[in-house]
Amino acid sequence: MIDFDKLVNHTIDNLPPSGIRKFFDVAAEMEDAISLGVGEPDFATPWTIREAGIYSLEKAQTHYTANAGLMELREAICAYNKRKYGVEYDARTEVLVTVGGSEAIDAMIRCVVNPGDEVLIVEPSFVCYKPLTEMAGGVPVIIETKEEDNFRLLPGQLREKLTDKTKLLILPYPNNPTGGVMSKADLEAIAEVLRGTDVLVLSDEIYGELRYDKEGHTAFSAIDGMKERTVVVNGFSKTFAMTGWRLGYALGPAKLIGLMTKVHQYGIMSAPTTAQYAAIEALSNCDRDVEDMRCEYNDRRRYIVDGFRAMGLSCFEPLGAFYVFPCIKSTGMSSQEFCERLLQEEKVAVVPGTAFGDCGEGFIRCSYAYSVENIHEALVRIERFVKKYGNKAQ
Amino acid sequence: MNDILRILDKEKNGVVRAKIAQMLGLEEAQVDKEIKDLEKNNVIVGYKTLINWDKTDCEVVTALIELRVTPQRGEGFDKIAERIYKYPQVTSLYLMSGAYDLAVTIQGRTMKEVALFVAQKLAPMDSIISTATHFVLKKYKEEGIVFEDDEKDTRQVITL
Repeated sequence: MIDFDKLVNHTIDNLPPSGIRKFFDVAAEMEDAISLGVGEPDFATPWTIREAGIYSLEKAQTHYTANAGLMELREAICAYNKRKYGVEYDARTEVLVTVGGSEAIDAMIRCVVNPGDEVLIVEPSFVCYKPLTEMAGGVPVIIETKEEDNFRLLPGQLREKLTDKTKLLILPYPNNPTGGVMSKADLEAIAEVLRGTDVLVLSDEIYGELRYDKEGHTAFSAIDGMKERTVVVNGFSKTFAMTGWRLGYALGPAKLIGLMTKVHQYGIMSAPTTAQYAAIEALSNCDRDVEDMRCEYNDRRRYIVDGFRAMGLSCFEPLGAFYVFPCIKSTGMSSQEFCERLLQEEKVAVVPGTAFGDCGEGFIRCSYAYSVENIHEALVRIERFVKKYGNKAQ
Repeated sequence: MNDILRILDKEKNGVVRAKIAQMLGLEEAQVDKEIKDLEKNNVIVGYKTLINWDKTDCEVVTALIELRVTPQRGEGFDKIAERIYKYPQVTSLYLMSGAYDLAVTIQGRTMKEVALFVAQKLAPMDSIISTATHFVLKKYKEEGIVFEDDEKDTRQVITL
C-alpha cells in the first residue's frame, strides 16, 4: 500500500481546502434552496460574443494560438485599456492572455516570489492569494481592512507591514467579497508609501468595470510612477459575463510578462482559441451590453442594501463588484453558524465572511447577480430568520 | 424618469412602485408621481399582457399586411392610417420606408376571417393601391420576450 501522506507535496497537502467545502456540499444538494452564493454573473454572455465564438469554430479556428495569445486580441486589449483607463501597453511585450484571471495571479506570484519573501495580502479578499503564495514558497502577510474604513487599504496599514522582505503587495479592488473600492485619491496615498521601495504590486482589477459611483475605476498602473512596478490582472469573466470561457489577461512590465509567459507556455501552452476570438468581439463591440448589465446590477445593489438595512442589519454600501457584505454580529451568531442555520431553517445559501479571511468574521457575503424576484424572496426569508433570533444589538 | 421606464420596459412580471423606489434609491411617492406624469403625457401609453395564444384553446390568427397607399393632399398618410387603426382587428400599424407604405398587423379567429377583412375593408378603401397579406406561422419572440425560453440558472449554488 502506498503511503501517499509521505509521498505527496507537503505544502499542497497542508493547504486548507478551498473555503468551507462541507457547507457548500450541503447547499448544493439541498433542493429548492435559493442562493445568493454565486460569484459570477447571472447574465448569459451577450449573443454577439457567443456568435463570434461560433463563427470561429465554423471557420475551423481550432488550433493553438501564440503562447501569449492572438496578436489581434492583445492589440484589442491594449486599445481597450488605453480607451478605458488611459494606460498604454505594448501588445508585443507587455500583455499575456491567460486562462482566466486566476492563472495570471498564479503566474505573477510564482514569477516574483523567492522562498521566504513576504507577500502582503489585503483581507477580506478572494480566496486564492494566500494558497498561491504558499505554493510559491512565499510568506503571506495579512492586512485586515475594516468596515469603518469602507474596507479600503489605508496607507498607514501598508506602512506598518512593510519589511525588507516584502516583495509584493496584492491589491484586490473593486473587492470580492466586500464590494469596497479604492478611489483615485486612495490609490495615490498607497502609491506614496510604495515610492522609493522595491515592492511590486499585483492589482487584481477583474471587477474594474463594475463600479457604481461617478468616479469610476482607476487602474493602479495609471497612478504616477506605478506602471513600472505593477502587473494588472483583468479578464472577461465578470465584465462580459464570460466565466465559463476561461479567459483573462495580465498587463505589466516586459520583463515580468516575459517570465509569466514562460510559466504559461510550459503549463498551459495557450488560452482557449474559441474564447480568444469571442473576446475580440467583446472588447470591440460590447460597451453597450456592459453598460446595460452594470445598470441592472446597480438597481439590484440599491434594492438589496436597502433590504438588509430595513431588517436592522448594518450594511456597508458597496460601490463595486456584485456583492454586499452585511454585518450579522447583532444576531450573536458566528458567520459560519449564521450561514449553516440560515440554510437549514430557511433554505437560503449565503457565504460566511470567514471564507475570505479571519477578519470576515461577523459578516456574510451575498451576491446580487440574481433577478430581483430571487433577491426579494431571499430577503424575506433572511428577515424572518434574523427576527426569529432577535437583533440583539437593538 | 428614464430609469423608471428602463425598469418598466424590461420587467416581465409587472413592477410595484415600492420596488422601483428601492431599486433607484427614491421615495415611493416620487416614483408614483413620475409614473402618473408619464402616463398623463402619453410617454407610457399603456400596459399589456403578452400571451402565447398557441398554448391556449383560443384560435388566434395573426397576419402582416403590406399596404401601398396614395397619400392625400394636406393629410399625408395620417388620415388613411386613422381609418385603418380604428378597426379593433388591427393590432399594430406602422408607416414604413421602402417598397410599401403601411404595415398592418391583424388578429382574427380564422384565416378566412382575416382574409375577408382585408378584401372587404382594407382593399376597397379609396387611397389603397395594393395589399399583400402574410400569415404568421409561428411567433418566436415579441416585445423582446422569447416565447419558448427555457434558459435556466445552471450556476453552482455557491462559488467564491
